[in-house]
Amino acid sequence: MRLAAFDEMLPEVSGLRKPYTAYDRWLKEQDPARLTEKMQDAERVFRKTGITFAVYGEQEASERLIPFDIVPRIISGNEWRRLTQGIEQRVQALNAFLDDIYHRQEILRAGRVPRELIARNEAFLPEMIGVRPPAGVYTHIIGVDIVRISENEFYVLEDNARTPSGVSYMLENRETMMQLFPELFQQIKVRPVENYPQLLRQSLAAVRPQSTKGAPTIAVLTPGSFNSAYFEHAFLADQMGVQLVEGQDLRVVDGHVAMRTTEGYKQIDVLYRRVDDSFLDPLTFRPDSALGVPGIMDVYRAGNITIANAPGTGIADDKAIYSYMPEIVEFYTGRKAILGNIPTWRCSEPDSLKYVLEHIHELVIKEVHGSGGYGMLVGPAATKKECQDFAKKLQAKPSNYIAQPTLALSTCPILTEKGLSPRHVDLRPYVLVSDRIQIVPGGLTRVALKEGSLVVNSSQGGGTKDTWVLDD
Amino acid sequence: MLLGRTANGLYWMNRYIERAENMARLVDAGLRMALTRTQSASEEWNSVLLSAGSDVAFTQKYQDYTAANVADFLLRDTSNPSSTMSAIETARNNARMVRTALTRETWESINEAWMALKRMLAKPIDERDLPSVLDAIKRETALIRGCFYGTMLRNEIFDFSQLGTYVERADNTARILDVKYYVLLPSISWVGSTLDNYQWESILRSVSAHRSYRWVYEADYKPTNIADYLILNVRMPRSLTFCYRFLAEHLKFLGDDYGERHACHATVDRTQAMLRAGSIKDIFDAGLHEFLARFIQDNTKLGDEIAQDYRFN
Repeated sequence: MRLAAFDEMLPEVSGLRKPYTAYDRWLKEQDPARLTEKMQDAERVFRKTGITFAVYGEQEASERLIPFDIVPRIISGNEWRRLTQGIEQRVQALNAFLDDIYHRQEILRAGRVPRELIARNEAFLPEMIGVRPPAGVYTHIIGVDIVRISENEFYVLEDNARTPSGVSYMLENRETMMQLFPELFQQIKVRPVENYPQLLRQSLAAVRPQSTKGAPTIAVLTPGSFNSAYFEHAFLADQMGVQLVEGQDLRVVDGHVAMRTTEGYKQIDVLYRRVDDSFLDPLTFRPDSALGVPGIMDVYRAGNITIANAPGTGIADDKAIYSYMPEIVEFYTGRKAILGNIPTWRCSEPDSLKYVLEHIHELVIKEVHGSGGYGMLVGPAATKKECQDFAKKLQAKPSNYIAQPTLALSTCPILTEKGLSPRHVDLRPYVLVSDRIQIVPGGLTRVALKEGSLVVNSSQGGGTKDTWVLDD
Repeated sequence: MLLGRTANGLYWMNRYIERAENMARLVDAGLRMALTRTQSASEEWNSVLLSAGSDVAFTQKYQDYTAANVADFLLRDTSNPSSTMSAIETARNNARMVRTALTRETWESINEAWMALKRMLAKPIDERDLPSVLDAIKRETALIRGCFYGTMLRNEIFDFSQLGTYVERADNTARILDVKYYVLLPSISWVGSTLDNYQWESILRSVSAHRSYRWVYEADYKPTNIADYLILNVRMPRSLTFCYRFLAEHLKFLGDDYGERHACHATVDRTQAMLRAGSIKDIFDAGLHEFLARFIQDNTKLGDEIAQDYRFN
């Protein structure tokens, strides 16, 4: 499959794009052998520091590196300003939607989102009805996945409002690039991302419970060192200078969540949890969970702890809700969405299902609740048999799927043995919400390393790039 | 402020790093004996396994006490939880768990040691390569130690780490002495035979003290001097007294920092008093084996008390 894609460095029509001018000049002066060497250096740096990624289902290779490409993806200051306006608007709408959906449900009364989509949705937590989190923020850390189609067309692919991961790669990618090519950063003004951990800490501190006296105690809750994102959990706790805790370290003491320390139990005020909703509290959700804290939901409802992100935020990034995002943005912000959605067919609707089944070879079909690129079908890349098998699954439970056109995601060059070669990319900027909204300039660029592939997920052979927002 | 689980991870991480190295040192001593005295080499390997506390597990798996079997079991067998490979793997898992408490240099040195040993111990060791493998193991653990001492802040994290190191080391030295205590007892012929000389050297070699011994005592090996060196010497970094000096010091720091004394403080004081009480002659008179057996028991108790007093689990 070959799609005519927009290349962000060297589009066929117009030639070298402006944001890449300085980089291109530098690149032309480099000895190719030296660049190859630098690429190997990068891998050594990552392996040595233990930045690995555990892949589910690959026992023998349980620790693997996410491949890193040394060619940066470059975004101009102007492009970034436009993007941030769209992202801010979207994030405001997400939080307003969550507040509404767990309180008055105006948007359902207004008929803009179908009621059954909420009521029968597993991501909707009835336990959160009427609960207002500290500072009124539901989703504190958001990763908005954005794809580009042409010079001026950006679309949101997914809103990750639960526990978006990957920010440690954004930080380590920059660190690695600065170690490998210090001279580049002297020649080109790139906006910094290094202060993300400080911003995250300030942001979490700002949403502490009202009852907190003095500086709040913050902790990162991880499922443990065998989790695929453990490196990131440890990294963020370390960079923020807060404790990294597991469920077994915590219990409810005198109406507060407390951690067991060498000096006894110490109260926690803000918990940045990287554990899914269903594991958070065995007394409220999955009773077999050993990863959570029994009784934490009672503490939460009493307003004595901030959980970031709040339980139940999944209802906002659910793929079935996604198709209503343009309506949601307009409903709460009073304006048309600056960043568009990719056209989406909801297979629960009979007409859409019919269309999807007829055009299965052209479409990307995703599970409504899936993530990480698992359980999806990329029609144009699939065999006839794979399409037929998928069609059967689709017919058995249509409401479990949505379909989207196969978009020609923009490409960026990566360095291969034969020189530069374009590969499809997406972008995940990270957004922090407290009493304000902050977006770190750049984010994580994920790149499909296989020629022609559109799947950028690291669990499916994707890699990453450093993302530069120019200070121009 | 430190999580109990983190204190536990630091403690065991360091115990296992120490253990990984001690295994290499024991095999080294055994190898030297086997090279010099081929006739009763199997006896020597047996005492190496006894010192490692792995004799029973070994005999379940192997029939012959050969260099290849013992080296394989003590260095690379992952079904043996105390083998160098298992120990370094456990140390790294603990390090991963407490990563936020370690400097980048310390974590990287542990991670790199794990990668290097995994590569080196992937296949059975050719006997000709054994000396270089043993050197490499000691070099990796030395690098970890160097990074640790060179970069870690001297706070409670450091204290709990050191407690692990010295509890393990004291246990190791005491066991080596106890397995061989009979060759140290005064025999009818006061001057040791050639055989005794080898045995004595082996004891010193298994704690890397065969050279430094000569700096402290006269050139000849004397059982009382060897015992004195390994039990009572204040300067010898693997002696029981040395280990307890640091155990007491780090427990005192913790007690002062937290403003609270626990059962472990009483135990460490008692053992230190026992080590200070008399000369090596007194220990021999009262019974070397009895002394060591009690020491090992008290040392284990100290480890348990530390875990309990500081909410390890």
